[in-house]
Amino acid sequence: MSRLLNKTANKTAGSAVEPHGWTKGVLQANGWLVYAFFYAPILLLVIFSFSDSRNVGVWGGFTLDWYEGFVDSQQTQAALWNSVKIATVSTGISVVLGTMSALALERFKFRGKQVFDALLYLPIIIPDVTMAVMMLLFFAEFFDVLNAVFGTELRKGFSSIALSHIAFSISFVSVVVRARLAGMSSHLEEAALDLYATRWQAFRFVTFPQILPGILGGALLAMTISLDDVVITQFVTGPGWTTLPVYVFGLIRRGVTPLINAVSVVMLMASMTLVALSLLVERVRNVGTNQRRGF
Amino acid sequence: MTAAVEITGITKRFGDVVAVDNIDLTIADGEFFALLGPSGCGKTTTLRMIAGLEFPTQGSLKIFGDEVGTLPPNKRPVNTVFQNYALFPHLNALDNVAFGLKMQGVDKSTARKRALETIDLVQLTGMDARKPSELSGGQQQRVALARALVNQPKVLLLDEPLGALDLKLRQEMQGELKNLQQNLGVSFVFVTHDQEEALTMSDRMAVMNDGKLLQVGSPEEIYEHPANRFVADFIGQTNLLEGRVLDSETVCLANGAHVTGTSDLPMGTEVAVSLRPERAHLGPRDETHSRQAAVDGVVESVTYLGNARVYHVRFDWMVIEVREENRPGATLHEPGTPVSVSWDPSAVSVVAD
Repeated sequence: MSRLLNKTANKTAGSAVEPHGWTKGVLQANGWLVYAFFYAPILLLVIFSFSDSRNVGVWGGFTLDWYEGFVDSQQTQAALWNSVKIATVSTGISVVLGTMSALALERFKFRGKQVFDALLYLPIIIPDVTMAVMMLLFFAEFFDVLNAVFGTELRKGFSSIALSHIAFSISFVSVVVRARLAGMSSHLEEAALDLYATRWQAFRFVTFPQILPGILGGALLAMTISLDDVVITQFVTGPGWTTLPVYVFGLIRRGVTPLINAVSVVMLMASMTLVALSLLVERVRNVGTNQRRGF
Repeated sequence: MTAAVEITGITKRFGDVVAVDNIDLTIADGEFFALLGPSGCGKTTTLRMIAGLEFPTQGSLKIFGDEVGTLPPNKRPVNTVFQNYALFPHLNALDNVAFGLKMQGVDKSTARKRALETIDLVQLTGMDARKPSELSGGQQQRVALARALVNQPKVLLLDEPLGALDLKLRQEMQGELKNLQQNLGVSFVFVTHDQEEALTMSDRMAVMNDGKLLQVGSPEEIYEHPANRFVADFIGQTNLLEGRVLDSETVCLANGAHVTGTSDLPMGTEVAVSLRPERAHLGPRDETHSRQAAVDGVVESVTYLGNARVYHVRFDWMVIEVREENRPGATLHEPGTPVSVSWDPSAVSVVAD
């Protein structure tokens, strides 16, 4: 009797399309499984970064030695700073260029627009290794020519890595910003022009605030990808410009120690902080604009 | 007096499509002017050219005597109320309204004061801190109006501003817009596809179709003396009785009947006699008609409208509508009744294509 009552209660409470009974149970189990699949390795990684044993996967008691090793190591420090510098510069430049190309594609008509549109997304589609080989060849030739013609002494290193990262980040920024622009009526810009704004003012006071979440999202994506990249960076890097992921990759070849775990945890934390930061910025912005502001 | 807007020989092409085809139009200062036509007729393109959001392919466009043909919108003394309002979603009502003043470099306190005054003018007092998403459709419409009016434009352009409102609110806003225009004395140029709205609100109106200007005149002139078949059909309801011109006073209808219809068209021209449903009279067949045109028919069906009845009367060659006011003692004609449809010859107009 009570089961019957329960059943009818459930029926009235949930909507008709909502799963119930054993379907619901299976779906829930599936959900938990997927999350376990995602996060169990991360959890293990974090746990074993505190393990006092040279062998990964063997628990030898709690220690912070690996983190101390990370902080003390000149090489890791240098690699970390290389990564940060490259990510900052490549993100900054690709956000500006990516936003500009998004605006051009979404708001203006010009000759060759469709070709440009298709070509812009090529870096997202082509495999990293292909891109890496292309970049390697390009920089080898390009720098040789420049050095020969202008007598410069360009070598592979910061500029080649940053330029490669900019090359693929532009596409990602452009995709995200365009999605945002597509959802914004072009009448808003016309209204601004009609209300005596110049083209720049219309962008500054109307378009930009509207697409800012897209720009921030694109920047975050570009930064994450830049911080993560191993394949392309490894091909175009030069002496003294080992980035953190490339360094970790090198460490593995010399044997897996919990030091790698520690480094990975630091990188993980950095990514998570970036994501949290972007969510926070979005929230503060929403609250801020809801309050009364006269000018 | 200088015209508010003077359009001479303006054409606008988008690729192969001619959106506006060589039109001439003069809008006087302080006039409520409606641009009327079906969608795609070029009325919005014409408005956008006055605003500076499109540039004419050829022709001249003057605002108070100054040639503005290719001047950008921010350099013209006009403001626009956009269809769907185009309010800035990230700004509250006050900042939306003050936007134009801010761009013109008006100092903050003056801008704020004038914006608040205009918000009062459109009866949104106290709503200044709300975001557009927190306002109803009618309120958003008022913000859009205030945002344009605060700049004291010499001409206010309105692109189907009432299109998104429900009927009741629409009628209310029609009256308010008209009052506002009379009090401010500014020219309003109003784009609409709703002929009733154009008739009730405007001082003068222009009817457009396929990029061409068909007729310009007061609502009365256009309703009473449509320039051609399209205008007669588009403005109000009408019955178009096909026929041919016999002489300057007579039209021979499709069934051979001769009716009075004044025109200066050559003999034999295919025309239509435009007979408005409310101007036809239904009576029994044996009724004698002094100086009146009459055609015999049979009542096919009746539509009850509350304040009137619309009879569908079958002639030999077509069905026409006749509207009889629902007055006490009005004769009812059941479907199937043989009747005679009669009208005063001065009540019809003869229109060609």
